[in-house]
Amino acid sequence: MNGSLSRFNIVSLVLGFAFLYLPILLLVIYSFNESQLVTVWSGFSTKWYSELFSNQGLLDAAWVTFRVALISATFATVLGTLAAITLTRHLRFRGRVLFTGMVFAPLVMPEVITGLSLLLLFVAVGLDRGFLTVTLAHITFSMCFVAVVVQSRLLTFDRSLEEAAMDLGATPVSTFFQVTLPVILPAVISGWMLAFTLSLDDLVIASFTSGPGATTLPMKIYSQVRLGVTPEINAVCTILIAFVTTGVIAASLLNKQREVQRARDEQAARRDDV
Amino acid sequence: MKSLGSIRRSFAPWDDPAATPYIRFENVTKRFGDFVAVNDLSLDIYEREFFALLGASGCGKTTLLRMLAGFEEPSAGRILLDGQDLSGIPPYRRPVNMMFQSYALFPHMSVEANIGFGLKQDGMPRAEIAARVAEMLKLVKLEQFAKRKPHQLSGGQRQRVALARSLAKRPKVLLLDEPLGALDKKLREETQFELVDLQQELGLTFIVVTHDQEEAMTMADRIAILDKGEVMQVATPAEVYEAPASRFVAEFVGSVNIFDGTVRENGAEGMRIDCGEGRVIEAENSGSADIGDQVAFAIRPEKLQVSSQKPDNARANALEGEIYDIAYLGDMTIYHVKISDGLVIKSAMLNSSRLVDDPLTWEDRAWVSFAPDAGVVLTG
Repeated sequence: MNGSLSRFNIVSLVLGFAFLYLPILLLVIYSFNESQLVTVWSGFSTKWYSELFSNQGLLDAAWVTFRVALISATFATVLGTLAAITLTRHLRFRGRVLFTGMVFAPLVMPEVITGLSLLLLFVAVGLDRGFLTVTLAHITFSMCFVAVVVQSRLLTFDRSLEEAAMDLGATPVSTFFQVTLPVILPAVISGWMLAFTLSLDDLVIASFTSGPGATTLPMKIYSQVRLGVTPEINAVCTILIAFVTTGVIAASLLNKQREVQRARDEQAARRDDV
Repeated sequence: MKSLGSIRRSFAPWDDPAATPYIRFENVTKRFGDFVAVNDLSLDIYEREFFALLGASGCGKTTLLRMLAGFEEPSAGRILLDGQDLSGIPPYRRPVNMMFQSYALFPHMSVEANIGFGLKQDGMPRAEIAARVAEMLKLVKLEQFAKRKPHQLSGGQRQRVALARSLAKRPKVLLLDEPLGALDKKLREETQFELVDLQQELGLTFIVVTHDQEEAMTMADRIAILDKGEVMQVATPAEVYEAPASRFVAEFVGSVNIFDGTVRENGAEGMRIDCGEGRVIEAENSGSADIGDQVAFAIRPEKLQVSSQKPDNARANALEGEIYDIAYLGDMTIYHVKISDGLVIKSAMLNSSRLVDDPLTWEDRAWVSFAPDAGVVLTG
C-alpha cells in the first residue's frame, strides 16, 4: 500500500464528508444570513445572534438543559462506574449475566419506549413532571453508556495494582480512591462527557418526562421549528456545534499530546538499561 | 562484627531441633473449584532465611505466596507467622509485603509517591516518610529518579522501585513473585547477587517464587520443590542437586542420567544394580532398598568421564558406546554417548586444558566411566 490517494479515494472521501457535513455547514452559513427567510441569502449579519440573546424563552431552555445535563451526567457517572466495577469484579455473584444484560439493554431500547415507561412510572408514583423527572430520566438512560465505557477500561485494568495497594496497608475503600479511580479516571471522564452530550441533545425522552417550566433546548427548538425555521434557531444550533466541536478537538489534542510525550519518555527510559 | 559470609556459612536453623519456625504452613489445601492448587502441604520457614519455592507453572507456588500475603484464603489448614494464625486477617493488616511479578507500580504516582505509599497508609508523619523514602532510594540507587513516573523508567529501574516500595514498611517477611522474570539475562544475574546481599544486610526473611532453578540455587538458603501442589523436597541447593529425594527432583533440577534396574546385592561392600542387557552398576550401599527392588541410579553429566580407552580402575563402572553427539560450549563439552538403542548417556567434560592430544569425535568408540559414589540410588 502506498500513502498517496487515488482519484477514487479522493472522490469517496469528498462524498462521504459532504454527506456528513454539508447540512451542518448550510445551517452555520444561514445563521449569519441577513434575511428573515431561511433559504434566501441576502447578506452577512450577526443580528440573529444578538436577537437570540434577548429571547428569554430560548435562554431559559438552554439554562434548563445545561443544568439537567450537568446533574444527570454526574449521577449517571457515579452509578455507571459502580455498576461497571461490580460487573467486572465480582465474577462469581449469582445472576451476573442477567444483570449485565439488564444494564446494557437500554442501549438498544427504542427511546420512545424508555420515555413512555418512565412517564408511566412517574405518573404511577405521583411525581409531578418537571425538572426532577427529566433529570431522573436522563440519569436512567445515560448511566448504561457510562457503564459500557468504564467497563471496557476495567477489563484491561491490572488487578495487581489494587493488590499491591492493599498489600501496602490500604483498605479496600482507600485503595479504590487512591489507586483504582485515578487509573480509570480518563474513562470515567469520557463517560461523563458522553452522558453530558446525550442529555444535552435528547428530545424524545425529555418530551415524555418533562413538564411545565422544564422545557429543554431541544424541545424548545423542535416546537419553534414546527412554526417555521427561523435564523435564530440556526444561530442557537451554531453555538451548540461550536461548543461541542471545541470540546472534542481540545480533548483529542490533549490526548494526542500526552501519548506522544509518553512514547518519548518510554523510549528514553529504555536506553537506561545498558 | 561478623562478616556476612560467616553468618551465611553458619546459618542452618532447619538443622537445629530447638529452633522454632517463623512461618508454618500446616496441612494447607487450596482448591479453585475442582482444581486443587495446593494439596495438604506443610512447610516450615525460618527467620532470616532466603527461601525459594521452585516449580513449573501451575505447581501451586504462586498460590502459596498469595495465601501468605492474604489474597487467597486456604480451603483447609492454616498458616502461622511468628506463632500467630493468619486466618481471616486481610492483606492490609499482615506484616508481610510482596513484590509483584508485574511490579504493579502505581502509574499515576511518582517513584517517591510509590515508595512512600505504604508509609502514608500507616499515617506516618510527612517528614519521616520523606526520610524513609530517601533511604530506600539510596538503597536501590535511584536517588536521581525520585520525581519520575513509572513509565519514564527502564525495566531494571522499575524492578528496583518495586523492591524499594515493598521494603519501605520494613516488613517481617518479603514475598517476591518471580522478581527477576522480566529482566534480561545479564541484568538478572547481577540482580540475583544484589538481592542476596540486601537480604543479608537487612536481616529479613525473603520468600521467592521462581520457575528458574538457577535463580533459586543462586539466591536461596533452602529450596522447596513443588509439583502439583505438593512439596517434593525441601533442602539446600547442594542437597537438592547432589542428593535428590526422588526421580522427579533429580530430573527437574539440572540435567541427569538415569539407569533403571533391579537391586541384586546390597551390603557393606556396596550395591549392585542389574540394568538388563548384561549391564550391572556398582553403587553405594543404600539402606532403603532391598534385594529385588526396582530402583533408579541417577548421575549428573559432570560426574561421568568419557575416554577412548577402558579406564584401569577396577572399582569404577565403565560402559562402552559410540559418540553420538558433541556440543562444544567453550568451558565444557557435552558428549552424548550411545550405549545401546534407547540408552544415550550425557557427559559434561570440563575443558581444563586448551589442547587435547587425542580428541574424541563423532562415531568414535568411547568408554563412559563413573565411581560408585558419583550417583545416587533413588527408590521413589
